[in-house]
Amino acid sequence: MSDCVIQAIDLTKVYSMGIVEVHALRGVSFCINRGEVVSIMGPSGSGKSTLMNLLGCLDHPTSGEYILDGESVASLNDDQLASIRNRKVGFVFQSFNLLPRSTALANVELPLRYSGVSTNRIERARKALEAVGLADRVNHKPTELSGGQQQRVAIARALINDPAILMADEPTGNLDSKSGKEIMELILSLNKERGTTVIVVTHDPGIAAQTQRVIRLIDGKLEQPE
Amino acid sequence: MNLTQSIVEALESLNSNKLRSGLTILGIVIGVAAVVAMLGVGQGAQNTITSSISGIGSNLLFVFPGNMTEEVRNVQPLTINDVAALQDTLEAPSIAGVAPTISGSVTVTYGREKVTTSVEGITPDYALVRNYSVTEGDFINSEQQLGKASVVLLGPDVAEKLFGRKDGIVGESVRIEGQPFRVIGILESKGGGSFGSQDNVVMVPITTAQARLINRNHDEVDVIYISAISADAVNQASEEVAQILRYRHRTAIGADDFTIFSQQDFVTTAKTITGVFTVFLGGVAAISLLVGGIGIMNIMLVSVTERTREIGLRKALGARKRDILIQFLTESSLLSLFGGIIGIIFGWLIAFVIGRIAAANNTPFTPTIGIDAILLATLFSTAVGLFFGIYPANRAANLEPVEALRYE
Repeated sequence: MSDCVIQAIDLTKVYSMGIVEVHALRGVSFCINRGEVVSIMGPSGSGKSTLMNLLGCLDHPTSGEYILDGESVASLNDDQLASIRNRKVGFVFQSFNLLPRSTALANVELPLRYSGVSTNRIERARKALEAVGLADRVNHKPTELSGGQQQRVAIARALINDPAILMADEPTGNLDSKSGKEIMELILSLNKERGTTVIVVTHDPGIAAQTQRVIRLIDGKLEQPE
Repeated sequence: MNLTQSIVEALESLNSNKLRSGLTILGIVIGVAAVVAMLGVGQGAQNTITSSISGIGSNLLFVFPGNMTEEVRNVQPLTINDVAALQDTLEAPSIAGVAPTISGSVTVTYGREKVTTSVEGITPDYALVRNYSVTEGDFINSEQQLGKASVVLLGPDVAEKLFGRKDGIVGESVRIEGQPFRVIGILESKGGGSFGSQDNVVMVPITTAQARLINRNHDEVDVIYISAISADAVNQASEEVAQILRYRHRTAIGADDFTIFSQQDFVTTAKTITGVFTVFLGGVAAISLLVGGIGIMNIMLVSVTERTREIGLRKALGARKRDILIQFLTESSLLSLFGGIIGIIFGWLIAFVIGRIAAANNTPFTPTIGIDAILLATLFSTAVGLFFGIYPANRAANLEPVEALRYE
């Protein structure tokens, strides 16, 4: 237990839509070890996205406890959560979510601006881009990059603050199979080099097969509780 | 995020939508330009009016019958006897000269030329008290006054209209209300005041005016002009005049039945009037600034909606509410600040053009745009941007990251 970078204890999430209450998560408990690569799978409506939002500190659980890298985050306020996200979570989205008007370098640098780092920002961003193999695309804007390259920029951005976990939500969903494969290879190699814990949310069994462990969700519960 | 970065980011964002930013700025430009121009014109008008009043003479007092602030029954007119009492230098040591006048409107003819103008019945002291002199001929003297002589001094405008020239007129004869008068002098030009030209006037001895031109009760005068011995003695002179007239009119208790005005009083009154005028114009102009502000709010709301995903992303990357708030407030403040700066330049141009138009219409005045008007406009427009930016920025800052990221 002590080496859990993520520890979820009986997490529930209830959305109230008017008078109807939707139980998106019905008590989910698990542990993800430091350095592990885990995929979360499940059909639509299984609570997969909700779980990802909770693990990524984008949302509060209705009840339950969530300990991320030794910090209990379930009861933190919005600004504290923002700070946790900034320091401990790196996000990679299906649709990249890069700022279209900014260069790759500025996009990667963005989290550093919010963490109050004032020195070496550009240098660090440049190194992060080198690490994902985009040293020669530093000053390109997202529209001038291919999908695979954009996702690499997003990965560089996610890793700039050296987070405890990397949350990837369908990271290959918008890519052709070749770039998708390269992106997965990149993520896995970064995991090996840096030991960053990786959580991949996916529909694709092929992607899930590359991870060390699969957490399956059905109707807001774990299919194989551990 | 520090301020410089926010400004750089805001500039990038505004720059990425030039037309929209430009149109939003235009709204503020029009508002600020209108405010600056109107304040400038108002201030210029005030300066012109007060300086033309100051030209009357700083040691001059005006005494009118009646009380302008309180209601008084049985108002006694000012008379020649009042004037005689005021001329007593023992009773009134601060008074240098006293000049009673009566005035009316008359038609003056020379040959086939005809001018309607105002006539002043004056005494020889008038020249001293009002600091008048003649460009040719002589002023009215006491013999002419005692003898009710049919002599007239022409103002330069009247001379110009009747004779087509301003010199070589002395000795000519004109008819006032059909009666012949001999021209004994031409008055120097006092220029156009804000109350109409002071040059469009004719002057006759007060006795002649009473006997032939202006119907007044015996000895009654309209206005008494009094000059104090110096500008510093104006208040003292005013007090002496009041005491003498109160004694003579037996109004020692109760309200005065006369009014004493100094040049300072006129300036104060004129300032009040032009001040109201300026505030009114500025207020009307401020409405357009308000409309410009609403334009900013509108565009910022659109921008927040458009950039919902971006806001969600920024939040996911660790932006706090404050960061988002500052980002959007910076954008709206910059919009209005640019609008303000351009507006000041435009407003200055408008005021300048208005001044030129006024000059072309023979009412020269210089619109004055002070540093205070510029500061006011800049601060006010930035405040408008901040105020109208608060709601959209708050909306952006309070977006839930989950919702915002999912937004299509």
